[in-house]
Amino acid sequence: MEKQEEHHILSYKKLAMVLATLVVLTGITVGVSYVDLGFFNVPVALAIACIKVTFVLLFFMHLKYEGPVIYLSFISTVTFLIIMIGFTFFDVAFR
Amino acid sequence: MHSQIDKTGIRIGMWLFLYSEIILFGGLFVLYAAYFHRYPEYFADGGKELNRIIGSANTLVLLISSFTVAASITAIQRNAKKKAVGFLLFSLLCGVIFLVNKYFEWGAKIHHDIYPNSETLVNGEPGISIFFSLYYVITGLHGLHVIIGMVLLSVSLVCILSGKVTAERFSLLDNSGLYWHLVDLIWIFVFPLFYLVL
Repeated sequence: MEKQEEHHILSYKKLAMVLATLVVLTGITVGVSYVDLGFFNVPVALAIACIKVTFVLLFFMHLKYEGPVIYLSFISTVTFLIIMIGFTFFDVAFR
Repeated sequence: MHSQIDKTGIRIGMWLFLYSEIILFGGLFVLYAAYFHRYPEYFADGGKELNRIIGSANTLVLLISSFTVAASITAIQRNAKKKAVGFLLFSLLCGVIFLVNKYFEWGAKIHHDIYPNSETLVNGEPGISIFFSLYYVITGLHGLHVIIGMVLLSVSLVCILSGKVTAERFSLLDNSGLYWHLVDLIWIFVFPLFYLVL
């Protein structure tokens, strides 16, 4: 438990870079939304959203610097979420 | 007297709570997915009614506020109390801007007779009605989270000023920050699903 004292300090510069990335990705989503990609409209929008969320989680929520307990429990939650959304959607789509 | 604070334990507790929030909104997104599959054209029509400019502006406001909250945690860890307070005040301002935008957005919708149980929605297509019901429930619940997040940030702000939150002991600010970032996370999904469906 000696490790718990050290809490990673993120520099302002790094945080600002993450913010810049997020703003650029927002611009891309808005830009792409004006192009009709047919079936790919939603998947592309969701893929960009997932990339943005990953940046927020890793740096703003410092998940990158957390120990295995938080890291693994987070992955379990996401896995459960995917099962919940995925299986419900399979049921609806192929009924 | 020597008392040790289990910072990791405090954070794990906060994360467990955040997981329940993720599942809560996940459930609403399942609902969205199922009805989007059933009424794709009406969802696209409904999405065109929403103002992309306000939606994009709110996205930027939340992203910037997330950055300033993260920066205030960096500041408090470096013992820069004034900076941390400044960053938090700015984040709270962003929260207010977000809610004011939301107020005008909802106001415009209600003015156009688009709200749950309004004449237009009741007599119109069920797909449009479901789209706007989901819109009001999800953005409403998200707005409530913004308000709760602002309360938590304000409490942290007061505690910084009164010296209860310091460079050695900043878990309250840390956890309030995590909550605020979660609000941002949810918005990152709400924004493309409601405002950007073609």
